[in-house]
Amino acid sequence: MEPQLAEPSPKGSRKVILQGNEACAKAAIYAGCRFFAGYPITPSTEIIEFLSSEMISVGGTFIQMEDEIASACAIVGARWGGKKAMTATSGPGFTLMQETIGYAAVTETPVVIVNVQRGGPSTGQPTMSSQQDIYQVKYGSHGDYEIIAMTPSSVQEMYDFTIRAFELSEKFRTPVILLADEVVGHMREKVTIYEGEKAIRGGHRNYVVSPQEDFYTGGNCLVEGQLHDEEGMRIGHLPSKSGEFIRSICGKIQNHIDEIQDVQSYFMEDADIAILAYGSVSRSALNAVKQAKGIKLSADEKEGKLRFLKKLVRKKSAEENPYSHLNVGLIKVNTVWPFPEKQIRRLAAKCRYVFVPEMNNGKYCREIERCLKECKVISLPKIGGEMHSPAELLESIAKEVKEDE
Amino acid sequence: MNRLMERYLRLDALPTLFCAGCGNGIIQYAAISAIENLGIRKDTALVSGIGCSSWIPCYLNMDVMHTTHGRALAFAQGLKLARPGKKVIVFTGDGDCLAIGGNHLLHACKRNIDITVILVNNHIYGMTGGQKSPATPENAVTKTSPFGAYDEPMQGAEIAMSLGATYVARWTAAHPVQLQKSIEAGIKHKGFSLIEVISQCPTQSGKSVYGNKDPAFIINYLKQNSFIYKEGMEEPSGRIKCGILLHDNDKPEYIERMENKTEQYRKRL
Ligand SMILES: Cc1ncc(C[n+]2csc(CCOP(=O)(O)OP(=O)(O)O)c2C)c(N)n1
Ligand code: SF4
Ligand SMILES: [Mg+2]
Repeated sequence: MEPQLAEPSPKGSRKVILQGNEACAKAAIYAGCRFFAGYPITPSTEIIEFLSSEMISVGGTFIQMEDEIASACAIVGARWGGKKAMTATSGPGFTLMQETIGYAAVTETPVVIVNVQRGGPSTGQPTMSSQQDIYQVKYGSHGDYEIIAMTPSSVQEMYDFTIRAFELSEKFRTPVILLADEVVGHMREKVTIYEGEKAIRGGHRNYVVSPQEDFYTGGNCLVEGQLHDEEGMRIGHLPSKSGEFIRSICGKIQNHIDEIQDVQSYFMEDADIAILAYGSVSRSALNAVKQAKGIKLSADEKEGKLRFLKKLVRKKSAEENPYSHLNVGLIKVNTVWPFPEKQIRRLAAKCRYVFVPEMNNGKYCREIERCLKECKVISLPKIGGEMHSPAELLESIAKEVKEDE
Repeated sequence: MNRLMERYLRLDALPTLFCAGCGNGIIQYAAISAIENLGIRKDTALVSGIGCSSWIPCYLNMDVMHTTHGRALAFAQGLKLARPGKKVIVFTGDGDCLAIGGNHLLHACKRNIDITVILVNNHIYGMTGGQKSPATPENAVTKTSPFGAYDEPMQGAEIAMSLGATYVARWTAAHPVQLQKSIEAGIKHKGFSLIEVISQCPTQSGKSVYGNKDPAFIINYLKQNSFIYKEGMEEPSGRIKCGILLHDNDKPEYIERMENKTEQYRKRL
């Protein structure tokens, strides 16, 4: 399925150079977000800083809360007051928000939460990148629920996926997480942004388990964190109804995965080796694929922020392409959750190898192993805060393939 | 059933979870009466945390948000900021408000944001079965203070005053009429108002605090062991201080301050 990006608004678009976090903040405004509550934390701070003035100038509300717990709670409260709402944080703050994320899921509150990942655990590596929260984003709050999480890999995607996050959260009435990382949060790129405000329709009743109105509209709503029926009335003490409720809130996401999922493929038509990547690592992965194919890198790619690239380009021009024998393509997962299992299976059907580079100890690869039984799934974890370079990826792949032959 | 109650209750949600003789019913009625008297039912949302006392609004046919333990004020502030023209009333317990929710209380008071809090102080964790709360009196034997409590108990109303709340009152469940009037005054007050109600939990604090599980005994005790504070009076020691403890109309409210400060930067509204 083609990625569903934001359509240009009738008021037109323009090209600007933005930092990833800034693009996310601008996209929120464009998506109609009019409430932001947050607490500063590196590497997400530019979002709260930018919105402290921008939100005011569009007539919205901005508040710096006393902590991330309060920030997450405040956006849920604001959404019931009828304002589209967002917060942004990183590692430790995201951990503090987990109880409220579960509350938003169970009360079917559409909110957007941005986690610009840094290295953990604990205070960890405040200024370094990671993809270590890939499981926390799905399983961080207690109990059974489903989450939608998107992983941008460029400044343009920070912009587009933020808009998409608002669309999905309103449509399915559920919290959506923009799972960014320090690399995309802080890089600057040329992006297309839109003027005006996108009309995002809310409250698609057919997806919702307990349809409720915004407050102060005469609905007499009961927004309830206990498992509840359509009226909000508690059913937590009734086993069969409770089971049904859990199946419904999970089902509304699982059963509409075709509408939600966004998986891109590059050069996969006849590839027998795939790199499956998400977030900023998919940039290196795409470069690695192009290198192997002997495709010239664009000027952007050459001049990009990624130091290693220059090294690689220099090396390549001096020697023969040593990776031309690798028939490799890229599967780029933009919606990491709900897990786009069928789509990945379809794209990787002809693969002998699927390599999964991640800036963590090797996490998402377990999902891939589970769904791709016919091929060899190889985890390429990298911890410490740096992204894989294309050269590293190609070396690992070549080594693995050679050993097998 | 009382006619007013009938109009306000979600009848299909009854019976309530409350034990017989619990103070929560008295407080619920006082709140309904206040809302009805002010004619603000449609413009009011009720937000609560977790605890027996936080169930008070869940039986009312109004916009209600039953949130997570300790966080009611954080949700409520988001709601209020999103809809400054509307009313928000928070129901919370001594554990919910003073223990786990203490940080939010501190900041909400300091902001002087226009929200009314009804703090139901039964001196114990009622819902979880009678453990010590920050308000449990010294020496009380509870499920988690088997040798008698030794923390100095927290005084909700005084804490709110010291933190910057601008309307603060305390009553007991034995003062339903005064309680209702204070809730009304708190709602009308432009700023952060907190009304602490010393309430009975016959099931848990009956034994731990009063040594008697009979609700009538506790109500009598509250009546006899409280006094109504008047400015300048000599305060009798060892008795519960009731009355309007603070009413300050001078301190600017948070959203007003926010709007004044940012007015010139708002391009369009
Ligand atoms: C995060 C969290 N910790 C603990 C609990 C368990 N819990 C539920 S109610 C409660 C205490 C409630 O006491 P209080 O606020 O005084 O309300 P009461 O029941 O006495 O009215 C606790 C500890 C919880 N629900 N959530
Ligand atoms: S346990 Fe106590 S506070 Fe809870 S309902 Fe029973 S009497 Fe009321
Ligand atoms: Mg209590």
